[in-house]
Amino acid sequence: MNDTIIGQTLAWLTDPANWSGAAGIPVRLGEHVLVSGVALVLATLVGLPIALVLGHLGRGGGLASAVANIGRAVPTLAILVILALSPAPFGITAPVTNTILALVLFAIPPILTNAYAGMRAVDADLVEAARGMGLTPSQVLFRVELPLAVPLVVAGLRIASGQVIATATIAAFIVGPGLGRFITAGLGTQDTAQFVGGAVLVALLAILVEVGFQLLQRAVAPVKEGRGVADVEEPVGAGRGLGAPAQDRRATMPSGRH
Amino acid sequence: MSVAESCLQRNAWICPEYVTTRQDILLDALAQHVYITFAAVAIGVLVAIPAALLARRTKWLELGVVGAATIAYTVPSLAMFALLLALGTGLNQNTVVIGLAIYSLAILLRNILTGLAQVPPDAVDAANGMGLTPARRVWSVELPLAVPAIVAGIRIATVSTVALVTVGALIGFGGMGNLIFQGLNSRFNAEVLTATVLTVVLALVLDGLLMLLQKQLTPWARGRAA
Repeated sequence: MNDTIIGQTLAWLTDPANWSGAAGIPVRLGEHVLVSGVALVLATLVGLPIALVLGHLGRGGGLASAVANIGRAVPTLAILVILALSPAPFGITAPVTNTILALVLFAIPPILTNAYAGMRAVDADLVEAARGMGLTPSQVLFRVELPLAVPLVVAGLRIASGQVIATATIAAFIVGPGLGRFITAGLGTQDTAQFVGGAVLVALLAILVEVGFQLLQRAVAPVKEGRGVADVEEPVGAGRGLGAPAQDRRATMPSGRH
Repeated sequence: MSVAESCLQRNAWICPEYVTTRQDILLDALAQHVYITFAAVAIGVLVAIPAALLARRTKWLELGVVGAATIAYTVPSLAMFALLLALGTGLNQNTVVIGLAIYSLAILLRNILTGLAQVPPDAVDAANGMGLTPARRVWSVELPLAVPAIVAGIRIATVSTVALVTVGALIGFGGMGNLIFQGLNSRFNAEVLTATVLTVVLALVLDGLLMLLQKQLTPWARGRAA
């Protein structure tokens, strides 16, 4: 049974007919990557400056935490459907606009909370020393805090990219752009090869992007830490545990130095 | 008639009449939503705790388990359900439960491993010095000290599971998601918004209950900043 499904799926994935036309794999993949990329850039432009300013000022921890919780609790499907039923410029005939806006809304929380946590995790003594050396507040922000926060900023982008790719898949519910369309269409017509093929493509895309960001995150890490397990998304996601990443670092750093 | 045109006729987003006239539908959807959430998170917890205890014994096993969890967590929900269908789980509730249990497991594994790693070495030494067997040490010292991290993981898993159950509407088992999807097809605004609000409220209520549970389980942490 499974052999035949694997065989059918491989046949679907390698059928040249599925790789051409206006609804072919390259077009759907391109749509998926494009809406995801645009949304990620827009969400970064909104979320990162807010996080940097709040983190620099040491204010708004409650806000960042609330944004993270709301972002997790609101179903992506609901936002897509509400936008589809809203008046222009959204509405049922504007699936691309709806999709991008929904993606931006769900990409902002991880970018904001991780960048904020990164800023807050910067050693207060370093900031104090920088001030003592006569650096202006903006110099402290851009030369001391931001460079040290970069790994968590990248972590936020990584988590947001996963969120965005998954939400772009769900856009298929509103007949939106992207690879999810193969899944809904295949299920609708009971074309197993098509919906499994679509699912495989989506999963591969998500995993590739995740691995890419993991590598980037490792490349920008200033200190090699002995922590393969603890990531910041969990402590940040713990809601009121925004202090947790810093705590987490302190707890694991010494063992890394041994 | 035109004097008091009902909110249903106007297709208003906020419509108390919808809630009062569709109680049965809403309660059925809510029951399905709660059941799927509970089953998925419960399976996640029951698998994650022994898996974490086993995995932390060797570095490569831990890396492998965490890596596998990360990859599984990365797969978008719609694709996850489709892949499970291909594996033969069937067009039923189980497909949604299994898919969401996998996500919960991935979240919980990382949190439990982090929580166990943060147990102070002194506490472990003391337990060993008192002659506790390894099993007893894990049960009465390490796991209790890891409770905050474990419950934090359960809270994240629960809240994201509540939101993700809606995607189960793909195969007709999405709790409130069924109503959202149905409301999309029939352009029924009140149905969509009511189901959305109930989903968010459910997530927040469960999160609050778990927070209270954590306070009950860790009396020693009371009065200290969490």
